[in-house]
Amino acid sequence: MMKFLRRSKSAASAKERLQLVLIHDRTDLNATELEALKDDLIATISRHVAIDPLGVVIHIAQDGRSQRLVADIPLRSANQRRR
Amino acid sequence: MTAKVVTITSGKGGVGKTTSVANIAVALASRGQRVVCIDGDIGLRNLDVVLGLENRIVYDLVDVIEGRCRLRQAMIRDKRLPELYLIPAAQTRDKTAVSPSDMIRLCDELRPDVDWILIDSPAGIERGFRNAIAPADRVLVITNPDVSAVRDADRVIGILDAEEKGPVSLIINRVNSDMVRRGEMLSVEDVLDLLAVHLIGIVPEDENVIVASNRGQPLSLDGKSRAGVAFQNIARRLMGEEVPFSELETPGLWQRLLGRRR
Repeated sequence: MMKFLRRSKSAASAKERLQLVLIHDRTDLNATELEALKDDLIATISRHVAIDPLGVVIHIAQDGRSQRLVADIPLRSANQRRR
Repeated sequence: MTAKVVTITSGKGGVGKTTSVANIAVALASRGQRVVCIDGDIGLRNLDVVLGLENRIVYDLVDVIEGRCRLRQAMIRDKRLPELYLIPAAQTRDKTAVSPSDMIRLCDELRPDVDWILIDSPAGIERGFRNAIAPADRVLVITNPDVSAVRDADRVIGILDAEEKGPVSLIINRVNSDMVRRGEMLSVEDVLDLLAVHLIGIVPEDENVIVASNRGQPLSLDGKSRAGVAFQNIARRLMGEEVPFSELETPGLWQRLLGRRR
């Protein structure tokens, strides 16, 4: 365990890098496109309900060989909205 | 009786497709199965030399498809194992000489007479790969525990999934258990986490593989080497036997303990 913590081994970095590359390969969505998607999503949702744009988190989660787009969008409370 | 068509492919070149086809074919044939291997790598044939049958080629796959010979005439019989045959690739033609429907027709003609048809796919995801997977009942994707081979394997598995060419099974070849133990090579568990696909074989890195191909005598002929045993286990699993992954033990208790604690 100590040995493991001392210095990150190349296998760990290979796995980490591959996880990101495979998400991109499988979805055809890179970080820039994901950012653009997030902006569009914020704009669209804001037309219907007040949200906190800074709190929006969007990422791709993996479940076996399938991936899902997960968005966490905090809503502003009705009190805040009235102001 | 009708043969199962198994295609072995990888995306990336040089990960061990031809070696695997030769060894799995030999392992199946030494278990009394009737096996035909087809070299699907038109223009870059190699299965003949790995099997040690290069001096006996008269006709090839393209000769059969273009009607210059009968199917039987292009099947080279292995003298060591009487139920093992090779249909070599043409060396002076390219992939466009064969179409996916040619491959389906050819395999349908072979099916009644044998138990297994193993197809050695070329690297890549173009025409040669399409030809090789067209008649497959089952596809084995082979990879090495390195970033480019795993990435390419994922791409190929994605294509096979999309075309509903299932079930797909994975062979992880050239696992160096010492490097895995030191944390400098992706482990079997890492690769399975990344690719999320059914595992059919783990083949350790073994210099006997090179020695065997130098001689044209596939390892699984005698089956004393570690890689030879691994290929025999793959053959047994293909035949439906439940063979525990004993090779998994070598990559390390140490590593497994760490994995569990995370």
